[in-house]
Amino acid sequence: MAAVSAATRLHRRTLGIRRAFAPIAEARGFARGMLWTGAGLTLFFVVLAIFAPLISPYGFDQYEVGTHRFAQLAHPSHAHLFGTTVQSTDVLSRIVWGAQTELEVVALALAFGLVIGVPLGLFSGYFGGPLDRGSVLFMDAMFAFPPLLLAIVIAFLLGSSVNSGVLVAAIAITITYVPQYFRVVRNHVISVREEPYVEAARALGARPVTILRRYVFFNVVQNVPVIATLNAADAVLTLTALGFLGYGVQPTQGAEWGYDVSRAVSDAASGIWWTGTFPGLAIVLLVTGLTLLGEGLNETINPVLRRRVFTKVDFGAPSLEPSSEILEP
Amino acid sequence: MSSGAPILDVRNLRLWYGTRRGPVRAVDGVSLEIDAGDVLGLVGESGCGKSTLGRGILGLLPEGARADGEVLYRGRNLVTMSPRELRRLRGPELGLIFQEPMTRLNPLLRIEDHFRETLAQHDSKLTNREIRRRSLDTLGRMGIPPTRFRQYPHEFSGGMRQRIMIALALVLHPSLLVADEPTTSLDVIVEAQILRILADLKENFDTALLLITHNLGIVAEACDRVAVMYAGQIAEEGPARDVFADPQHPYTRELLRSTISLDTTELHSIPGAPPNLISPPSGCRFHPRCPDVMQVCPAQGPIETAPEPGRRVLCWLHGPEREIPAGGTERLERKELAVAEEA
Amino acid sequence: MGAQGPSLKRYALTRIALVFPMVFILLTLVFLLMRVAPGNPVSAALGGHVPPAVINQISRRLGYDKPVYVQYGDYLWDVARGNFGTTISDRRSVGSIILVNGAATLELTFFAMLVALVVGLLVGLVCGRFRDSPIDAGGRLFGIVVYATPVFFLGLLAQLVFGVWLNWLPTSDQASPITLALMKTHTNILFIDAIIDGNWGALWDVVQHLILPATTLGIVYGGVFIRLIRVNVIRTLKEDYIEAARARGINERSVVYRHAFKNALVPVITVVGLQLALLLGGAILTETEFNWPGIGHELYVYLQNRDYAAVQGIVVVFGLVVVLASIVIDFAAAFIDPRVRY
Repeated sequence: MAAVSAATRLHRRTLGIRRAFAPIAEARGFARGMLWTGAGLTLFFVVLAIFAPLISPYGFDQYEVGTHRFAQLAHPSHAHLFGTTVQSTDVLSRIVWGAQTELEVVALALAFGLVIGVPLGLFSGYFGGPLDRGSVLFMDAMFAFPPLLLAIVIAFLLGSSVNSGVLVAAIAITITYVPQYFRVVRNHVISVREEPYVEAARALGARPVTILRRYVFFNVVQNVPVIATLNAADAVLTLTALGFLGYGVQPTQGAEWGYDVSRAVSDAASGIWWTGTFPGLAIVLLVTGLTLLGEGLNETINPVLRRRVFTKVDFGAPSLEPSSEILEP
Repeated sequence: MSSGAPILDVRNLRLWYGTRRGPVRAVDGVSLEIDAGDVLGLVGESGCGKSTLGRGILGLLPEGARADGEVLYRGRNLVTMSPRELRRLRGPELGLIFQEPMTRLNPLLRIEDHFRETLAQHDSKLTNREIRRRSLDTLGRMGIPPTRFRQYPHEFSGGMRQRIMIALALVLHPSLLVADEPTTSLDVIVEAQILRILADLKENFDTALLLITHNLGIVAEACDRVAVMYAGQIAEEGPARDVFADPQHPYTRELLRSTISLDTTELHSIPGAPPNLISPPSGCRFHPRCPDVMQVCPAQGPIETAPEPGRRVLCWLHGPEREIPAGGTERLERKELAVAEEA
Repeated sequence: MGAQGPSLKRYALTRIALVFPMVFILLTLVFLLMRVAPGNPVSAALGGHVPPAVINQISRRLGYDKPVYVQYGDYLWDVARGNFGTTISDRRSVGSIILVNGAATLELTFFAMLVALVVGLLVGLVCGRFRDSPIDAGGRLFGIVVYATPVFFLGLLAQLVFGVWLNWLPTSDQASPITLALMKTHTNILFIDAIIDGNWGALWDVVQHLILPATTLGIVYGGVFIRLIRVNVIRTLKEDYIEAARARGINERSVVYRHAFKNALVPVITVVGLQLALLLGGAILTETEFNWPGIGHELYVYLQNRDYAAVQGIVVVFGLVVVLASIVIDFAAAFIDPRVRY
C-alpha cells in the first residue's frame, strides 16, 4: 500500500480550519452582499497598493515632468483626472500611492497586534491567576484613554527617535489596539474554558498546551478574521487621523490621505473641492470595504446572528418516498 | 361535562414548517373538540408536535410555518382570520401559558406594569383603579398578595412566577386557555399547587383548558378527556378515566406501561425513537415500534374509528374490517431496530 | 428581597473602590510615557533661543533635576491634590486650561453625543424592527458608511457645502468675535451662559457655530450606535417574554417600543461610556479643524510646541474624565436594570 499522498495529508490537516469557515459558502442575503462587496472593495485597494508604480500616472510628490511644472490647484482635467494640489502634485497619483501607505501601515499594525495580543489573551484567559488579573487591570487602564489620543501621544513621542513614519504609525496603532485583541481573545478563551469538552480533556490528563492548541485556539481562531478586519478598518481611520494632525507618515516619506485632507482645509475657503474630496472619498471607500468584509464575516460565522433558511410550504405536494425498515422482500 | 356546541373545534389541522430538506409535518391532520369549561389533556413524547399544536391553535406560529385546515373558535375560523383580529382575541378570548415561567416576564417591568399593559391593550377605557382592582382580584385567587403588586419579576420564585403568568392569562377571562407544559420546570409540590389552580378553572373562571404535557399522572388527575398524540397525529382520544383504564391504541398502552409508579418493579420502554417528521414512516407512523404490528400497517395509513361512543382511535387493530385487504391482519415480524435512530 | 436603596449604595461603594487601582495605573502609565522621549523637556518646549543657563534654572525650579522616583512621588501627590501641573511654554496651569477650554469641549461633546444618540436610536430601532428588509439594509449601510467617514472629512464637506457654497453656517470658532467680546462669563459654557443672561442674540450665534462641528462629530459616532442598538433590538425580540406578550395580544408596536426598546437600551448605556472615549478622541480632530477652543485644540498646539508638561497634564485629565464618566454610566445602568447589582 502506497503512503498517503501529500494532497490527502494536507486535506486532512486543514479540515479543521476549513470546517470552521464553511459557513461562508452558505451565506445568504445581506450578509453575503456585504461579504463580497467588502471583499471587492478591499481587493481593489490592495491591487492599487501593490501595483502603484504601474497604475499611478506620476510620483507621489512629483510636481513636474521634465521642465514642465504642473499647474497649481488645477481643476480636474484630462491631464490630471483629479486635479492638482497647491504644491502642484497630482491628486490621483497621491491617491494611488496613498493606498500603498495605508495598507503598509495597517498590515504591519495588524501583524504586531495579533502577535502580541492574541497569545497574551490566550494565556491570560486560560491560566488566570495574578498574571491575568494584572493584565486585565492594565488593559482596562489603557481603555480609559481615548484611542486616538493614545495614538497621537505615542506617535508624537516616537517621532523624534524613529525615522520611518510608517513604523511610527504602525507602533502607535498597535499599542492602541492590543488591549482590544487581548480582551476579545481572553473573553472567548474564558467562555470556552468552561465548556464541558474542555473539562473532559482536562480530566483525561491533557496538558494545558495541548488543550490550548486543540480546542481553545481552534475555537478562538474563528473570531480572529472578524476582529482583524474590523480593527484594520479602525486602524486606517486612526492612521489618517494621525496624518491629518501631522503625525505618523511624514509628507516626504509618502503620500497619506489624511494629510492631504488637512492641506485641503485651507483650500475649502476658496471653494476648491478636489484636493480634499478625493482623498476623503478614498478613505471612506477603503474603510467601508474593510468594515463590510468584517461584518459580512461576522454575520456568516457567528451562529447567533445567522438566520435559518426557510422554504415555502406546499400542502398539496405529493408525499415523499415512504420509508419503512419492515417492507423487505 | 357541559352541553352545547364545543368552544373549540379543530378540523384536520396541518401545521408544517418549511426546511431545505422538505416540510416538517409537525401537526399532520389533527381534529379535536373541547367543550366550554372542559379540560382536555394532550399527551405525547417530546417532538410529537403537541407544543406546535398548542401554539398553532392560537396562531402563534414560528417563522416559516404554515397552517392548513380549520380551527373553529365559537364558530370562527382562526386559521383564515386576519392577524389583527386574531390578536384582538388573544387575551379576552384565548390564553396561553408557557413552560418556563422564569423568562416569560419582562425583567424591567413591574408586575403592575404587565397587568396594566394587558388590560389597557384590550380595553383602553379602563380606569387605573379598575385595572388595579381586577389585577389584584385575579392575583389574589392565585395566592399572590397585593403587597407584592409593584415588585419586579426577579423577586419571585419560579412557582410564583407561573402563578403570575396564569393570572395574567386569566385576568381578561378568556374562554379557552392553552397550557403548554406548565409544570415541567417546577418541583413536585409547586406542581400540585398549579395543577389545583388549573383543575378549578371551570368553577372559578369557566374557562376551557387544553393541557399539554408528557406527564400522564397530571392528566389522570386534572383532565376530563385526554388525546394521545404521536408523530403529528392523534392516536387515541376519549374520557381520561376510560382511556387509562382500557387503552385502545398500542402506543397508549406502551406509554402507560412505561410510566414509573410505586408499583414498578421493572423498567419498560418503547423500543426505537420518535420518527423523523420530514419523512415519517409509511402507513401507520407507529408501525416500526408497535408490538402488535400487522401486514397492513406499513402499507396503508389507518382510518379513524370509534370503538365506543365518545372515544376514537387511529389503529388498524380496530378496523374498519372492510378496508383491510386479504391477509392484512396477519402478524408482521419486526426486524431488530437500531436503538438510536435519528429522530 | 431588599428595596432599591441599600443595594444601590453597596454597588456604588464597590464600584468606586475598583477605580483607585485603575487610576493609579493610568497615572503611572502617563508618567512613564512622558519620560520615554529623550532630551530635556524644558529645552524641548522653549526651543533654541533660550541660553542653557536659563534652561537649567527653569529645570531646577520645575523639579526636573530630581531623581525619577522623587519626581514620580511629587507627581502623584500633586494629582491627588488636584494639581495637574503647569505648562512650560506659557506658564498656564493645566487646571485653568481645563476650566476654560474644557468647558468648550464639554459643550461640543455634549451636543455631539446627543446627535449620536438620536441618530443611533432612531435608525437602530427601525432597523431592528424591520430586520432583513430593505429598510434594515439601508439603515445598516448608512451606519457603516457614516462611520467609515473620517470626522475631519465630514467636517471638510460640511464646511464646503454649508459654509462656502450655501453660506448658511459659520465654519470656525465657538462664536463670532462680537458675541465673544460682549458676553459675560459664568460657566465658560457659552450655551449656558447665554441662557443665564437671557441674551438670545448671543445664544443664536452660539448655536449656529455649534451646528456644523457637533453634527459632524455626532453623526460619525452615531454610526456605531446604529449597529449596537440594532443587534440588541433583534436579540431582545427573540426573548421569551416577547413571545409571552404577543400571546396576550399586545400589538407589535407596543411590543417593540415598550418591551424590546427599553431592554435593548440597557447595554447601550454601558457602551455610551466607551463611546465617550471615542468621542473625545474625535473631538480633538473636530476642534482642530473648526478652530474650536477646546482642550483638544490646546493639546494640538502644545504638541506642536513640544510642551511635555502640558501634554502630560492634559492626557491625565482626559483619562480621568473617561474613568469618571464610566462610573456615572455604570450607575445609570444599575439604576435602570434592577438586576444589576454586584
